Amino acid sequence: MAVSNKPIVWGPFAAGGTVTAFLTPALVLLTLLAAFGHAPDLFAYERMHAFAAHWLVKAVIACVVFVSLWSAAHRLRITFYDLGVRADTLVAAIVYAGALAGTVASVLYLARI
Amino acid sequence: MSERRIELEVLRYNPETDREPRFQRYSVACREEWVLLDALNHVKETIDPTLSYRWSCHMAVCGSCGMMVDGEPKLACKTFLRDYPGVIRVEPLAHFPIERDLVTVIDDFMAKLARVKPYLIPKEPAPANAEYRQTPAELKKFKQFTLCINCMLCYAACPEYGLIPSYIGPAALALAHRYNQDSRDAGRATRQEEIAATEGVWECSFVGACSEVCPEHVDPAGAIQQVKIKSTVDWYKKHLMPWTKE
Amino acid sequence: MSRKPYVRPMTTEWIFRHSRYARYMLRESSCLFIAGWTLMLVWGLKQLAEGPAAWEAFLQGLTSPASIFFQLLTLGFASYHSITWFNLTPKALPVQLGEEFLPDGAISGAHFAAWAVVSIAILFLAGAF
Repeated sequence: MAVSNKPIVWGPFAAGGTVTAFLTPALVLLTLLAAFGHAPDLFAYERMHAFAAHWLVKAVIACVVFVSLWSAAHRLRITFYDLGVRADTLVAAIVYAGALAGTVASVLYLARI
Repeated sequence: MSERRIELEVLRYNPETDREPRFQRYSVACREEWVLLDALNHVKETIDPTLSYRWSCHMAVCGSCGMMVDGEPKLACKTFLRDYPGVIRVEPLAHFPIERDLVTVIDDFMAKLARVKPYLIPKEPAPANAEYRQTPAELKKFKQFTLCINCMLCYAACPEYGLIPSYIGPAALALAHRYNQDSRDAGRATRQEEIAATEGVWECSFVGACSEVCPEHVDPAGAIQQVKIKSTVDWYKKHLMPWTKE
Repeated sequence: MSRKPYVRPMTTEWIFRHSRYARYMLRESSCLFIAGWTLMLVWGLKQLAEGPAAWEAFLQGLTSPASIFFQLLTLGFASYHSITWFNLTPKALPVQLGEEFLPDGAISGAHFAAWAVVSIAILFLAGAF
């Protein structure tokens, strides 16, 4: 037995779990308000565009997207195993690739704002 | 003291004659204050001497009498019959092979326990003609994890151990943490080879069932998360800042 | 005497053995909704980059019944994730002050308080009220 490199995967998972725990419910409330016709002031195109154009905001958004998707991917991987799916390496490759793809997409879109 | 007739549905297995386990019903006149172990002893003494099970202290310190009671891992000596109104289903501890009746094969746990080196690997030898000194605060740091009685209820509760037989498991990991937290100990690096391996803490998904069923409130789940965090911090320090010493 | 240990097969029925396992699966399932909602956010970034018309279309899309249903579920699951996460934090990060450890309630309580403050700040700064 040797010390595992699992921390590469677990570190971002723990960070993402913490970030989503603090942020996600409030953020979902924002989109829900918009869904019910009471969109927050920030959601006006000019405001949102100006906000997301700032380099620091872009960096924060990209990081939040990354750790949110990564921690969800890691949990999904474990859930598959808990439900009896034995092909862990395949599942891991798919979920983590998905998280990375989502992150890359967000970075590309942010770059265009 | 009044008596009550209790129905026990016990999983039997005789390796010499049975191809697979089967349930057997016992009807037992029990005293109100009895625990399950008393009922089993009464069965063995007066009804069926072939019933096999482990037990010893009858006071929840030896860890011998672990079994599944209505699907929940419990110590038979700490399971009060008055808490069970209907038929009580008694099976051997989950996730372990059945040796015979309620006796499980515990070799896997014993081997894993030895692997984590659950003994003091001292920093320095004890002072001549004196003892190690330790403050109350240093003792409090690991005291909780010393309470483990190796009853293996946590292994029966842990779904990851059931799904991944190579997983080292809650009790062994909690005991490794007990020594890592001991101020007299210097064996953490050695133990990391086992507990920070894939089959160590990384198979845990923090279900928390182990801590819920533990009769001694050791909280192995807490111990495991603490090891995960420490191991992660160490890993990133080692790989991102290799110039720092541990 | 011959030994022939019997190995009981492990099936998915473990989830139904006790309510704590069902609650665990519920907690783990939150990942689907958090991932889905985050991807919706990424889609929103794309629409924002494409201009006002695309952004309006995105906001319109949020109002569909399916979207509302999904977002409500996400709110529920994300909150369940937060509650379970903060309740478990004291186990993972015990704090010893002097001889005694801080009570679990103090550590998780601090996290819940911070969660409330951060949430209100987000809603306020975004101009939700």
